[in-house]
Order: sequence, then structure tokens, then C-alpha cells
Amino acid sequence: MSASSDLYQEQILDHYKHPRNKGPLPGASLQARDSNPLCGDEVTLRMKVEGSHLISEVRFEGRGCAISQASASMLTTIVKGKAVRDAEALDRDAILKALGIPLSAARLKCALLPLNVLKLALGNKTDVGV
Amino acid sequence: MSKAEKTLLNVPKIQADFPILHRKIRGKRLVYLDSAATSQKPRQVIDATTDFYMRYNANVHRAIYELGEEATREYEGAREKVAAFIHARSPNQVIFTKSTTEALNLVAYGYGLKGPIQAGDEIVGTVMEHHSNHVPWHFVRDHKGAVLKYVDIDDEGNLRMEQYDELITKRTKIVTVSMCSNVLGTINPIKEIAKRAHEAGAVCVVDAAQAAPHLPIDVQSLGADFLAFSGHKMLGPTGIGVLYGETEALEATEPLLGGGEMIREVHLGRASWNDIPYRFEGGTPNIAGAIGLGVAVDYLTDLKMEAVRAHEMEVTRYALDEIHRIPGVRTYGPEDVKQKAGVLAFTIDGVHPHDIASILDVEGICVRSGHHCAQPLMERYDLPATARASFYVYNDSDDVDVLMAGIRKVQEVFA
Repeated sequence: MSASSDLYQEQILDHYKHPRNKGPLPGASLQARDSNPLCGDEVTLRMKVEGSHLISEVRFEGRGCAISQASASMLTTIVKGKAVRDAEALDRDAILKALGIPLSAARLKCALLPLNVLKLALGNKTDVGV
Repeated sequence: MSKAEKTLLNVPKIQADFPILHRKIRGKRLVYLDSAATSQKPRQVIDATTDFYMRYNANVHRAIYELGEEATREYEGAREKVAAFIHARSPNQVIFTKSTTEALNLVAYGYGLKGPIQAGDEIVGTVMEHHSNHVPWHFVRDHKGAVLKYVDIDDEGNLRMEQYDELITKRTKIVTVSMCSNVLGTINPIKEIAKRAHEAGAVCVVDAAQAAPHLPIDVQSLGADFLAFSGHKMLGPTGIGVLYGETEALEATEPLLGGGEMIREVHLGRASWNDIPYRFEGGTPNIAGAIGLGVAVDYLTDLKMEAVRAHEMEVTRYALDEIHRIPGVRTYGPEDVKQKAGVLAFTIDGVHPHDIASILDVEGICVRSGHHCAQPLMERYDLPATARASFYVYNDSDDVDVLMAGIRKVQEVFA
């Protein structure tokens, strides 16, 4: 396996080319947007929360590099159906584990942008350490 | 088109002078294609800065002892070399700064904020400027009430020169333009722009950060009133830059930094300025940097800037021809290498520029990706980012071939 396919593993490329839960979400109860001005990556996350406990629907929109957009797509699959409390507890390690690839400091910003947006949407200002 | 055949520069001999080019990246030959961000340094420059610290480190202009004499002689010698390099009439027109950015800020502050610019006076820039030739003028607008205007480009990335007819008016006091775009590679007609500025009674400020390393520069022939560039993009050390100024323009400019060296006399509550250029060099300067820049200038002068330019035109022509053979790749900026320096901005359909740079990095290829500190230009093209390869004296058609193979690899990964 060559080094470039280490970074761009099949699952990353799959999520990038075939993003899950991508598109608008009318009637969303929570939403946030953030961008990485240096890269031009941007992600908007919208969620519906049932009875303030369960994230019943989640969708994202965005543009940017494969790492940021695949990370957003993966994050939606992790968050969907989760309790808000559990989503709030997600940290950078959970995201990096899901991505499953070694990342340089520069690319870490791309990978963690969607998690930042999730935290913003949940009203949680916890620094994820980008 | 075949590979560049002519040997305008002896590239293998040049490469041998750059220790870093012998480094391997993940077992692969380092192919450095980011000289528009910063150039690599030849051993001669590295040795000159080391030699200063090893043999004659002392502060300049004050010490009576031998070391100080030597340091001052070498520092001022560097000023003379730079002056000759850009064909300034006098070394006193060469001010050492830390960077192009500082040089442009010196003009914006000293000639704009503190100088003769009044509310309602106009500053004419362009959409293709680097951020460092945008933001300092925002300061002048914000604090002086100056009006900012911008010349647009056509789709190929050439300035729409006819717009100067309308944009330059009796209120225009400053016309500022980059000599060479750091994204498109466009070489702008400075002589013509300076002439129009002067006809309106305005000064012409030239950002030559991308030009000084690559093109022969004659400030007198160009008619530039101010011209700024950086040492680190032209084989010199980081932390040293140059502001050239016409004597009359410099006399109308207030210093940016107050402190040692820039004064004639200081009393409690008042001071008088030293002569130009020292007036603008408050504080201990980057002595080693200036000396290193002087040696970089020697190196380029030995190669001859006409040969440097001709070599880069050949490499760029070859790169354009090769990249156009790959479907799904777009380039930005002029196609005619007579109008273009060795800067190649490109995108690959369906692939974000950061992913391009990441995959090329694995192949040992250094390219930049992003907005290249030119967001207004990226907005003009409605692009979030591009990848950018840039060439210098140590690059040749072999490097271009490695880049093209890398681009094909990117397309395979994202196929």
C-alpha cells in the first residue's frame, strides 16, 4: 500500500464521493456553520432533536477537501440516533479513530472542522483542540 | 513540444550549490516547486551569514573597533550590491526592512498615514494584489479617509489597462501594483502604469516581491517611486527585505520606527531624523540577513538575470504544454510566457487543492495550495483555492515531469 493511499483510504474517498446525510434539513432545531478560512473548507450542520434528548435527523452541507467533507459525512453517521448527551461527549479522538488515518498538523484542522461545527450547534463551546 | 533543450543555466551545477535539494523526502528526491513562497538558499548565502556570526559579529555604524568596522563595511556593501542589482542611482535609495510587507507598510504609514495623503485622495490598486499590498492601504483609508479603487483583470489574468483611464483622476495620489502576480504569474506593464500615475501627479508604488527574484529590474527605466521586495524569495535569508525609493518620495515619507540609528539628535521630548536611508532603519537591523542578501544578489548577478528569466520562460512553457495534455486540469493566468513568470496555478476537477498538495507531498513534491494570500483575486475567479507550482533557477524539465506524474497520480486516487 502506497503512502498516498494511507491518507486517502477507500472509506475516506467513499464518504467524500458519496457523502451520507448531505443536503438541507427543513425544520432543523439546531444548526451551525463554520469555516476554515485558510483552506476555504466550510461545513454547515443541521439537526432535529426529539424531546431535547435524541438527535433524530442530521444533515450537512459544505465544500472543501476530501478530509473535511469525509469527516463531516462520517460525523453525521455517528451522531444520528444518538442522545444529545452522547453527541456532546464526542471528542477529537473519536473523530480521528473514525477517520483511521495519520494526519499532519495542517490536515488536522480539516478533519476536526465538522466536530467544531457540531459543538457550536449543541451550544457547547468546548475546544476540540484544533 | 520537446523538453527544454537549451542550456541557458547550468541547472545540475546550480542544484549542487543547494544543500537542501539533496534531501530525500520519504525516500524520494525532493522536488521543490514552492519558490514563490520562499526560495531555497545556496551554500554561498548560508556560509556568508554563518561567517558573519563566526568571524565579525558586531553592531553596525557605531563601534570604533575592527569587528564593527567590518560588519558595517559588509552591511553597507550589501546595500550597494542591491542598489546595483535594481539599477538605483544611489545606495541611499535602498532601505533594508524585514520583508516586502514591512516595506509596503512603511510606505503606507510614512507616505500615507503620516504623509501628504488627505481625505478624499485616491489610491488605485488592482484585484490581483497580495494581501500585503491590500491591507496597508485599508489602514490609510480608515485613518485618512482616502478612497480605494481597483483595476480589474480580464479572464486570462491581465490587467484591464484601459480602466486606468477612468480610475486615475486629479485626486489620485498613489497608484500601487504588483510587478508580477504571485498566483497568475502575470507580469504587469509597470513602466506604462508609472507613466500614467506621474501624469496625474501621483506616485507609483510597486510590489516586486515576485519580480525581483525572476526578472531584470531597472527602477529608473520603470519609473517606480517606491519598489518593495524580499530577500528570502531571491535566494537570500528570511527576515530581510528592501524598500527602494525615489529620493523626492523618500523625503516626503515619515519613518515607521522610532529608535536608535534613525535619529540625528534626541532630547527629552523631541528628536531630529538621521539622513536617508538610515532614517528608516530604526533599531539594530538584520545584519546577517542583509549580508546574506548581498551574496544572493552576487549569485543571481553571476547567473545573469536575463538568463534566469529565459530559463524560467522555457521551464514554464514546457510545464504549460505538458499540463494541458492532462484532461481535467485547469490553469489560471496568461498562456503567453512572455507575459508570465514561472508561476503555475492549477486545479484538478473534483479534487480540492489541499488534497492535491497532500498527495504530491507523498511523492516528494512541494507545491502550495490555498488562496495564496490573494483572496480578492480568488473571489474574482470564484475559486476557494488553487494548487500552485512555481519554478526557479534550480528547477528544470525533469521537475516538471515529476509534477505531471504526480498530477496523474492524484487523478488516479480520486478516479
